[in-house]
Amino acid sequence: MNNDIYSKYLVKLPTMWCPGCGNGIVLQAIIRSIDEMDLDLDKVVFVSGIGCSSRAVNYLNFDCMHTNHGRAIAFATGIKMANPELKVIVLTGDGDCASIGGNHLIHACRRNIDLTIICMNNSNYGMTGGQYSPTTPIGSITKTSIYGSYEPPFDLCDLTKSAGASFVARAATYYPVQMKNIIKNAINHKGLSFVDCASDCPSLYGRLNRLSDAANMMSLWKDRLVTIKQAETMSSEQLQGKVIWGEFVNNNDREEYCDIYARNISKAKESING
Amino acid sequence: MENNNSLKANINSRLCKGCGICVLFCPKKIIEVKQDKAFINNIDDCIGCRQCEYHCPDFAIVVGDNNG
Amino acid sequence: MGSYQIMTGNEACARAAIAAGMSFFAGYPITPATEIAELCSELLPQNNGVYMQMEDEIASIGAIIGASAAGKKVMTATSGPGFSLMQENLGWAHINEIPCVIVDVMRKGPSGGSATLPAQADIMQTKWGSHGDYRSLVVVPNSVEEIYTETIRAFNLAEKYRQPVILLYDAVLAHMSEKIYVRDLDEIEIINRSKPSCDKKDYNPFNYESSKVAPLASFGEGYKIHFSGLTHDETGFPVSNQNTTGLEVLIHHLFDKIDDNYDKDIKKYETFMVDDADVLVVSIGITSRSAKAAVAAARKQGIKAGLFRPITMWPFPHDDFSRINLKSKAIVTAEMNNGQLNQVVIEDIDRNQKLVMKNLYDGNQIRDIDILNSIIEANKYEQ
Repeated sequence: MNNDIYSKYLVKLPTMWCPGCGNGIVLQAIIRSIDEMDLDLDKVVFVSGIGCSSRAVNYLNFDCMHTNHGRAIAFATGIKMANPELKVIVLTGDGDCASIGGNHLIHACRRNIDLTIICMNNSNYGMTGGQYSPTTPIGSITKTSIYGSYEPPFDLCDLTKSAGASFVARAATYYPVQMKNIIKNAINHKGLSFVDCASDCPSLYGRLNRLSDAANMMSLWKDRLVTIKQAETMSSEQLQGKVIWGEFVNNNDREEYCDIYARNISKAKESING
Repeated sequence: MENNNSLKANINSRLCKGCGICVLFCPKKIIEVKQDKAFINNIDDCIGCRQCEYHCPDFAIVVGDNNG
Repeated sequence: MGSYQIMTGNEACARAAIAAGMSFFAGYPITPATEIAELCSELLPQNNGVYMQMEDEIASIGAIIGASAAGKKVMTATSGPGFSLMQENLGWAHINEIPCVIVDVMRKGPSGGSATLPAQADIMQTKWGSHGDYRSLVVVPNSVEEIYTETIRAFNLAEKYRQPVILLYDAVLAHMSEKIYVRDLDEIEIINRSKPSCDKKDYNPFNYESSKVAPLASFGEGYKIHFSGLTHDETGFPVSNQNTTGLEVLIHHLFDKIDDNYDKDIKKYETFMVDDADVLVVSIGITSRSAKAAVAAARKQGIKAGLFRPITMWPFPHDDFSRINLKSKAIVTAEMNNGQLNQVVIEDIDRNQKLVMKNLYDGNQIRDIDILNSIIEANKYEQ
């Protein structure tokens, strides 16, 4: 009945993404995670910004909002606060959420508002032709770093964890079933959940860095990916060039923002009645 | 009990962009890309493991019951 | 029965918004608009409303757009620097026809300018601020009472025509206290957005067939609404670059829905002694009050002066203004900037009509005596 999953949740295929683009693998993991959950589909809203990743909402059969570059989290915050019973899922990319939208990202984490932010992180700006992004590894060749990228990249999991997100994980397109499970946990989590999806852009980043084709690029993840548990036993030299994946934070102790705001309403009402 | 052997991969050529990621993950090595489209050479060898399906970025592969 | 109350312009704005049904405000502190946010933070939670202090003005307008799509009546308030930041999301609200009210309390610019000093230099920005073609809807009150009534009208227009409406006034009106008449809620006309009645699967969030406005479903109601900042068709999904008709029809619609309904309830202006006016003064907001006094003073001196005051600034009532100024020999524009209203009226006057500009941008208000001198100058020139 897999075929039904695609026709149930997706519209307007084929996608506009290049051959081998990781975004489709992430999108598939998202709809499979939703399919395994007992959600009221009428109450699920997808919000995205601008970039290849954000185009994902154009293929989803849900309430969707394709917003401005970097602004998805701001729009999503308004949706969630207007109607806290909605499940609001933000689809974004590394440039969208960590560069132009970085301020909204950290403040959503600080508030711990119940949004699920799924970042399709392909280490470059794909839509504009492959320029370096805030997650491009040092030394990478991109259209704006032809001598090798020289800016230190963000680790988005470290960033969101420090900013206060109560669920932080990294998944990889190399492990799509595990990605699906992580996304499921993220959507189920009450509070801000952030999932960094390690992904590939074969047409631009891959081509410019002479990584052969999409399949070869994908195969390189096998040696790069290490689990949190594996990483614990590895030295910093051994961790050079590795990408650690798994759930870094899954904390139910922090109060969620809609609940915090509900207390504010109670106090306001007490002030006029008392 | 579900019989995995009756589950077979189906490739939708309309959606396939020929990236070859399915070829990488197929444990039976029965998928091949010809003229930018993936093809299954020997469907009888398919074990229905879904590795190609889950890794397909284009929703072009569906593993289902071929008899059904 | 209503009541007389004393309040500032910013207080009137916040109270009127809540009277109009606004239940979601997102904003960022900025002089001279901050008091609107402060009052909203106090009053909204008392009635289950949401006040959100966002990380910046970009997020503020983003949040209200999201909340509007989720079914709320929404508002944000800012001043020039924050209004500049809002422009990209303002364009998004236009192309997706999202009802929202944005208050721009003008302070002296450009840039940080002089935060506590009034100005009227955002007139053109409220028309052209965001990139691309769209039709701005801007109202400019000139008193605390009118801030109250125009705030309610701004919400009614936003909900009826499904688009952002900008409420534009300056720092003087924001902070001055006046006695105003506040109507009881049941005496105020409140317009709410129309909701779809069709089958959910047949729903389209947009209607480009005519100057009509499509009903707006809310997120979470099962309509599977699609909004996109990209040029889209009536389903909300992006239009391909090859579909030139599709690319054009959206722009037509953004203009037609306002222009075709303009005379019904969008157009609004005040005239004072214009019937036989030789000299027609054009002014908005706080300056129009000096202008009115100047017109009255000119009449006492035997000069046939009159006042034309747009209350709907954009779209400007060109047809009516052209008709009214036909008999006048000279036009005086009085404004707290280096010339913006004059560029509007110049479209409607002919070469035989003299244009006298009274501009002030030193942080002071324009006095009635200064406008009177401009009227005298304009009148002399004609004789």
